[in-house]
Amino acid sequence: MPHSIASNPQPWLSRFLLGVEESLGWFGGFCQFAGLIIRESIRRPFEFGELLRQVVAVGYRSVPLIVLSGLAVGSVLSMHTRSTLERFGAEAMIPTALAFALVKETGPLVTGLLMAGRVGAGIGAELGGMRVTEQIDALESLAVNSVHYLVVTRVWACVIAAPLLTVLMNFSGLAGGFLAEVIVSGTSFTYYLHTAFSSLAFADYIPPTLKTMVFGFIIGTMSTYLGYNASGGAEGVGRASTQSVVYSSIGLIVVNVLLVKFIFFLYPGGGA
Amino acid sequence: MTATENATPGAPIELRAVSKSFGPRKVLEECSFKVTAGTAFVLLGRSGTGKSVTLKLICGLIKPDAGAVFVNGEDITPLDSNALAVTRKHLGFLFQTAALFDSISVGENVAFPLRRRAEKPDPEIRNRAAELLESVGLGNEYDTMPSELSGGMRKRAGLARALAVEPSILLVDEPSAGLDPITSSEIDQLLLKIKTQQKTTLVIVTHNIPSARRVGDRFAFLDGGRLLAEGTADELTASENPLVRDFMKSQQAG
Repeated sequence: MPHSIASNPQPWLSRFLLGVEESLGWFGGFCQFAGLIIRESIRRPFEFGELLRQVVAVGYRSVPLIVLSGLAVGSVLSMHTRSTLERFGAEAMIPTALAFALVKETGPLVTGLLMAGRVGAGIGAELGGMRVTEQIDALESLAVNSVHYLVVTRVWACVIAAPLLTVLMNFSGLAGGFLAEVIVSGTSFTYYLHTAFSSLAFADYIPPTLKTMVFGFIIGTMSTYLGYNASGGAEGVGRASTQSVVYSSIGLIVVNVLLVKFIFFLYPGGGA
Repeated sequence: MTATENATPGAPIELRAVSKSFGPRKVLEECSFKVTAGTAFVLLGRSGTGKSVTLKLICGLIKPDAGAVFVNGEDITPLDSNALAVTRKHLGFLFQTAALFDSISVGENVAFPLRRRAEKPDPEIRNRAAELLESVGLGNEYDTMPSELSGGMRKRAGLARALAVEPSILLVDEPSAGLDPITSSEIDQLLLKIKTQQKTTLVIVTHNIPSARRVGDRFAFLDGGRLLAEGTADELTASENPLVRDFMKSQQAG
């Protein structure tokens, strides 16, 4: 009989160790899958047609959600910033503070979380549905590499769409902040835009936007992994969809901490 | 190991001592059989005895734990995904649920394998897909979405897609499952036509004895992952094994 760390006589300890063993096994499988995606990404044939279709599905179809959320987040942030800066008589700094908050952290993170919700759930359910209805087997039987065709294209679509949606989120947020400011102070659009961007440097803007490519990779890889390996009929598809959102969100929140630290290391005093 | 020299001549499909388990559950145990070119080989047996798994093993969708699976003279068990894709160019697979891609129309499902090969211009591919749909009685359904089709129509569309690449071997999983006797008979007639006119080798999994008798040349009975009997329909009906005999006789009227 193979030795297992879960064969401990204490029931609670045994359950705990079994949980740890399963989690490690799951994480190992996930890392292998991520490695497979990277390997398959550089193998021919390149599925440009399917990639374009996925960029539209992942990116273009997320535009209304991102714009509306950006407007709401920007206006709320602006209201909070005003109530704080008013105490110090620093209302003139509102556009700058909002731009910093949006561009450096709020924009990328909110975009990542919204993508995890909309795109992660969608990919998890779509691939899960294809798996349980044998459509992935059918694809393989037609001499198509399903990882190449279904997984790699979706992951790269997420990687490409994430920074573009982040830029859109940042501008929508600034627009929302401007609208909130116009109502309160009647500030001009030119002044608002000039003040917002005057203090932002390259290191403030580019690294936080590009880090969302990592978010896109996490969302794409996690949701394709869970969907591609789904089992157990409709319940399994639902589970894959829910877990895609939960695990992608947790993954990108945790990785974000490391990325912020890394960007601070690369650009001391700015960037993240 | 390609083992071309080890394969039996004239048998495009051969399983040799194949075993497969899923966790603790043994699905196949040292299962061996071969299928002669241009004939229909029918796998019979109760539910959960490893019939569909056998088809997936032949297609390389799952790998056996032990044994060898020869397809067109080549042992496919050690092949990677790219090499398997080459072997699968000669295979067609009709799944139990038809497994049509539900995000594209019925016509595009049939055109899909042709587009992947990109050997013909687009108008020709569309015409060929339309012809295939016509041949299975779905001439007017090119732009219909799979979700709008009935079970029998889905199966026929799946058959058209499997035939699009003119496979020399066609694997068919439960062709009459969930279908009325008339539609089931229509599917059988299509399979017979494919076998006789195109000389395609068929491997069919079914519970339906009347359907199996209409199409099959040789039969094998699986139980508990083991091959209990193999032969013609009459040989299996006269089998000394009561399970095989009862199975063959139980649905004779159906």
